[in-house]
Amino acid sequence: MVEPDESDVVRLPRGVRLREDKARGGWVLLAPERVFQLDAIAVQVLTRVDGRRDIAAIVDDLAQAFDAPRERISVDVRAMLSDLIAKNVLEMA
Amino acid sequence: MSAARETFEAQQPPPLGMLAELTHRCPLQCPYCSNPVELTRKRDELDTESWQRVFREAADLGVLQVHLSGGEPAARADLEALVAGCAESGLYSNLITAGVNISRPRLDALADAGLDHVQLSVQGATAEVNDRIANLPGAFEKKRAFAREVVDAGLPLTLNSVIHRANLHQIPDLVELALELGAHRLEIAHAQYYGWALENRGALMPPRDQVMRALDEVEAARERLKGKLVIDAVVPDYYARLPKPCMNGWGRQSLNVSPSGKVLPCHAAETIPGLEFWSVRDRALGDIWQHSPAFNAFRGTAWMPDACQSCERREIDWGGCRCQALMLTGDARQMDPVCERSPYHDEIQTLAIVDSQRDDDFTYRRFSRLQV
Repeated sequence: MVEPDESDVVRLPRGVRLREDKARGGWVLLAPERVFQLDAIAVQVLTRVDGRRDIAAIVDDLAQAFDAPRERISVDVRAMLSDLIAKNVLEMA
Repeated sequence: MSAARETFEAQQPPPLGMLAELTHRCPLQCPYCSNPVELTRKRDELDTESWQRVFREAADLGVLQVHLSGGEPAARADLEALVAGCAESGLYSNLITAGVNISRPRLDALADAGLDHVQLSVQGATAEVNDRIANLPGAFEKKRAFAREVVDAGLPLTLNSVIHRANLHQIPDLVELALELGAHRLEIAHAQYYGWALENRGALMPPRDQVMRALDEVEAARERLKGKLVIDAVVPDYYARLPKPCMNGWGRQSLNVSPSGKVLPCHAAETIPGLEFWSVRDRALGDIWQHSPAFNAFRGTAWMPDACQSCERREIDWGGCRCQALMLTGDARQMDPVCERSPYHDEIQTLAIVDSQRDDDFTYRRFSRLQV
């Protein structure tokens, strides 16, 4: 299992797309023959993944936006990204 | 329309996926083809504008992924425009191809048009097996070259192989082929006996012991290659005890649009007599999804025989497969005879064993010579 560091940059691989699902509400990740329905936290993280910002910058942004302890956000975000990498819907840039 | 029926219909959740069967034309002649035995000709296919409208309506309805299939979808000269139509509507496009007639420039044009994913079929893991099943000499080498071009173009690749008696022994080789070609996914899909495969059951049905060994091989490879190659399997159901949740339930998650524009709950639905199918030539896709008599015929659980309605699996397998019930019992409303509770269960297991011991030649998939 790949555990990304804060200095890593992640991105969606070709063939994986993030989009709003207006018909059902919420957001989804579309991948080959698969659809992942995302919870509100995953949406906040993934809409900040642009293949340029490192994870530290994304964590800073979330800590500020939600006025939450940075350390905890860092742990949660890296665990989530690690899970998505294992599912082949996210990769190291 | 009764109030109850109106309420029932109003609650249809939107479909997630749409299979767009763009054409029945294909350079291959696989004897298990899922197309109907009566193939639609080019002159009866929907035109570019109609397909693009269907894609817009599908996106509005809530469809997220479109599977561009056939026949061979690249037999359509307007495939780039159709892929672009999907992309403009925000639809995820998946090209399901035999990979023998797409040049590198055309592949690049499809990628530029917004194609998201390529699913390439192989009929076997060697040229000898592949080309005999596809009835096209040279097909295997073309497929290998195409797979490399797909990966080189940066598109994700799935390899798909339909499994039956003539290639069941090649499962480990198919896994190696997928790794060698750089595929991210491998689909091992046991033949489903409708359409052409039903015609060819005596040439395709594998013996039970070989099916069980193949299942073990797939499971072992999946475990070994976790994180490296995703392996999805479609299981052979003639030897099973419980039915498959065919299409994840009739009219629940997906729809098919045929080359001529008919909207079907599944590939083989047209074999069921008495069902009324609506066409995108006459109506909007959302109207068809909600109100078409064919879609509402087997939705939910109310249509089920008593034994199924009282079964705890009724919303797991959704009564199995209607087409199979029809083919094997003569009645589409019967229990899927694969189910061990069906009075026909023993009969179909016997039928599979008998077919697996026959020595029939392939009847290759072709357009009929007779034309009206």
